[in-house]
Amino acid sequence: MSVPAASSPHRALGLTDAELDLICEKLGREPNGVELAMFSLLWSEHCAYKHSRKLLRRLPTEGERVVMGPGENAGAVSLGEDVAIAFKVESHNHPSAVEPFQGAATGVGGILRDVFALGARPIAILDSLRFGELDSLRSRHLLDGAVRGIGHYGNSIGVPTVGGEICFEPPYEHNCLVNAMCVGIARREEMVRAAAAGVGNAVVLIGASTGRDGIGGASVLASAELGEGDEAKRPTVQIGDPFEESKVLECCLELLGKGLLVSLQDLGAAGLTSSASEMASAGGVGIDLDVARVPLREADMEPFEIMVSESQERMLAVVEPDRVAEVLAVCEKWQTGGSEIGAIADHGLVRVLRAGELVGEMPVEALVDGCPLYDLEPAEPEGWIYGNAASLRGDATAAETLLALLGSPGIASKRWAFEQYDSIVGSRTARRPESADAAVLAVPEAECAIAVSIDGNGRRVACDPYAGTVEAVLECAQNLACTGAEPLGLTNCLNFGNPEKPATAWQLDRAVQGLADACEALDLPVVGGNVSLYNEGPDGPIYPTPVVGMVGELPDPALAAPSAFAAEGDAIALVGPFEPSLAGSELAKLRGELDAGLPQPDVAAVAAACAAVRAAVRAGRLSSAHDVSDGGLACALAEAAIGAGLGCRVDLQHLRERGCAPDEALFGEGPGGFLVSGEAEKLESLAGDGVAVLHLGKVGGGAIEIAAGDRSLSVPLADATGAWHSLAAQAEGDSAG
Amino acid sequence: MRWGILQFPGSCDERDALQACSLSGEARLVWHESRDLDGVDAVVVPGGFSYGDYLRAGAIARFSPAMEAVAEFAGGGGAVLGICNGFQVLCETGLLPGALLVNESLRFVCRQVELQVEGLHPPQGTQFFNRPEKTLSIPAKHGEGRYWAPEETLDALEANGQVAFRYAPGQNPNGSARDIAGVRNAAGNVLGLMPHPEHAVDAMTGSTDGLRVFEAVAGARA
Repeated sequence: MSVPAASSPHRALGLTDAELDLICEKLGREPNGVELAMFSLLWSEHCAYKHSRKLLRRLPTEGERVVMGPGENAGAVSLGEDVAIAFKVESHNHPSAVEPFQGAATGVGGILRDVFALGARPIAILDSLRFGELDSLRSRHLLDGAVRGIGHYGNSIGVPTVGGEICFEPPYEHNCLVNAMCVGIARREEMVRAAAAGVGNAVVLIGASTGRDGIGGASVLASAELGEGDEAKRPTVQIGDPFEESKVLECCLELLGKGLLVSLQDLGAAGLTSSASEMASAGGVGIDLDVARVPLREADMEPFEIMVSESQERMLAVVEPDRVAEVLAVCEKWQTGGSEIGAIADHGLVRVLRAGELVGEMPVEALVDGCPLYDLEPAEPEGWIYGNAASLRGDATAAETLLALLGSPGIASKRWAFEQYDSIVGSRTARRPESADAAVLAVPEAECAIAVSIDGNGRRVACDPYAGTVEAVLECAQNLACTGAEPLGLTNCLNFGNPEKPATAWQLDRAVQGLADACEALDLPVVGGNVSLYNEGPDGPIYPTPVVGMVGELPDPALAAPSAFAAEGDAIALVGPFEPSLAGSELAKLRGELDAGLPQPDVAAVAAACAAVRAAVRAGRLSSAHDVSDGGLACALAEAAIGAGLGCRVDLQHLRERGCAPDEALFGEGPGGFLVSGEAEKLESLAGDGVAVLHLGKVGGGAIEIAAGDRSLSVPLADATGAWHSLAAQAEGDSAG
Repeated sequence: MRWGILQFPGSCDERDALQACSLSGEARLVWHESRDLDGVDAVVVPGGFSYGDYLRAGAIARFSPAMEAVAEFAGGGGAVLGICNGFQVLCETGLLPGALLVNESLRFVCRQVELQVEGLHPPQGTQFFNRPEKTLSIPAKHGEGRYWAPEETLDALEANGQVAFRYAPGQNPNGSARDIAGVRNAAGNVLGLMPHPEHAVDAMTGSTDGLRVFEAVAGARA
């Protein structure tokens, strides 16, 4: 991006002619270069949500546990009288597709700032990642870079990465997804909002100096489709410095702990422009900023560059004038920047000055709320609009099919990735990655614990955006139930293609409706989130991918059930309203049989099963609990067996009596199923209130043996283990020939 | 027992160490700019990325005022425990022999490892692990943890009983020479190891085997 000189500079900045006319009308004149640059960012899809804001009004956002909801830097729910848990998920997709290491690293850095901006100390990171298939060099490069980047930032700053998911599907080949979620803990009395307040108060910029990195990231990169020549966009990707952020984090928490700040906001997309405007808007005030007082990395930066720079590790604080010196002393202690760069005013304007000379002046309202909101023009596409080539022979035996599923990178163990992350720093991690269905973190401050899960299956959402999104909410709820946790609230990241295209608009509309309905039915507030649109490459859009992050509360982390079986001789049962279908399943993908349509989930029945499992886990009645997900019951059994180093012998007769074909019983997917183990009588006690319990068999032996009529299978545990742990070889290209 | 835990900008595990040390006495943080160790009985140099570690792990922290005080403290026989980044800092400072290189895999690794307690022949006056009863299950997490020293130094360390911990067979996560996970100085009062005993002091988060490392350090000052 450069200061526009061409005849229609606004178009190069992503504004339409009509939007420019509207800006002129609101200003009563043509914008100058500084103003145009600032409008183009705040009126971008990334900042203004102009194609999604109307839809998001459908989501329930209130509840008695909500401490902060959408509109703040992050959402927060209460945990006891004094403690709040803050959390949010955000995307960093396009930067990661252009430069995966820095893109993912700064994605983590950004979401951390959102959480500590509330006064919460970050205690956990989770990531939801999507790439193309691993036989592609590009996908392996993106995966490797993104995993290293997440590790680099999270490990260095000392916040554990405790969970997440990684999926591989062809539609993400060009446009990978990197969604990062952060969870933080705060004392409620020390929390602060982002709204600027107090005319005459000082505006202090804390943290790193401002450079030319990330200029135009929100408008040029995040709000347009990817395509040829993306290498040229590399300068729009920011560079992360976790050491600087660690100092800024400690500095801000010390400032908030001492009560020295009126409000605090992180600088993310669109840099100073968005943080200053949004703080002023939330507080109903105006703001004056003098760019000559912003510490720069390069002396010759233009005012517009300073205002739109996305240099990382910066925070903007509002401070009472007589406390500025104290604030700057704390910045000095942490060896990070602190500069008074402006003041809160009552004129309702964002005024940009350079050494006192006015270089831009815009009404806050026009900048922040003036962008036109667009209605979508949804149209349901006919049938399956994505490709799907078979990769599994049609005559594969049931055993071969199980091994193929366990080795498919979406299902295979993600140990290769999560061992690159510090998952234990902070001494709260009671359940490490893959040991339970959700991450469990002790919160001694509130004498309890939280469980956190992140989930979203784009393939199933592509089959049916409504049902697939409902399923994402249910899967998180089920994951939490396995650890004994009751959901408190939810954050989401809506990753979709170009909303101006009718099919994508339809997917978005149906997905948001599914999210709204599932949250209403479960009485779960959506406390924050993020929308990432225009996720398309030359081959078309990504799978529609709503990612759901959920936080729940449990009384005792020691009782959180492991996913893996625990003891030879334990009984195994299937609990819940599980009605397996091959529609949208991993097996349908491997067979090249994907098609539109999913069965419609029964949310109330799943909620009842969650409650039963949760109660049993809290009472210590189960040896293990694992939700039945990708690859169906056979894969769930194999995962529980591999994790324990114990085989199992089960019979799916009961499912088949319900009318399931053998392949459906083995590999069919759908919400509502829990695979539990323990003493037989204790498993029986789960039944009731409409919750079904089917006895399947017993833990033991050296093989996974499943009787399913003519598709019965027996796979030695060692073979299953080898297949499940094949991701390292696939990720590093050892098996790609 | 009074513990002092150094805190550098970029330290990550100093609060974990503080909590772990509190289980066996009083514990406080010592700011990196302080030359005053405030009369503590033992010092922990904690894990993390001191000053960002962008140059080389521990290369800048060795010049901090607090480390100057620690060197003096160690010279007078004070007990010092360096964990992960702390081990790297102690090697950079010259208080411990050898160096920590980038992991053989070139990747950060975080996993539970089994450690063999060595040190059958502690030098006189030291109490570090003279009873190698069993292995310890302790997590390791680092990107630069591959212990290296010239062959003759390694031979000398073995001969003097200065190898404090080895990764159990098949457990070496980083390619360390001779499976060495931790070493001590010739006098026996300075110990460094890559795995994190402060993350193994509570069964709820994994294991309690790390407590034995802190007990041993506490005993070393006697």
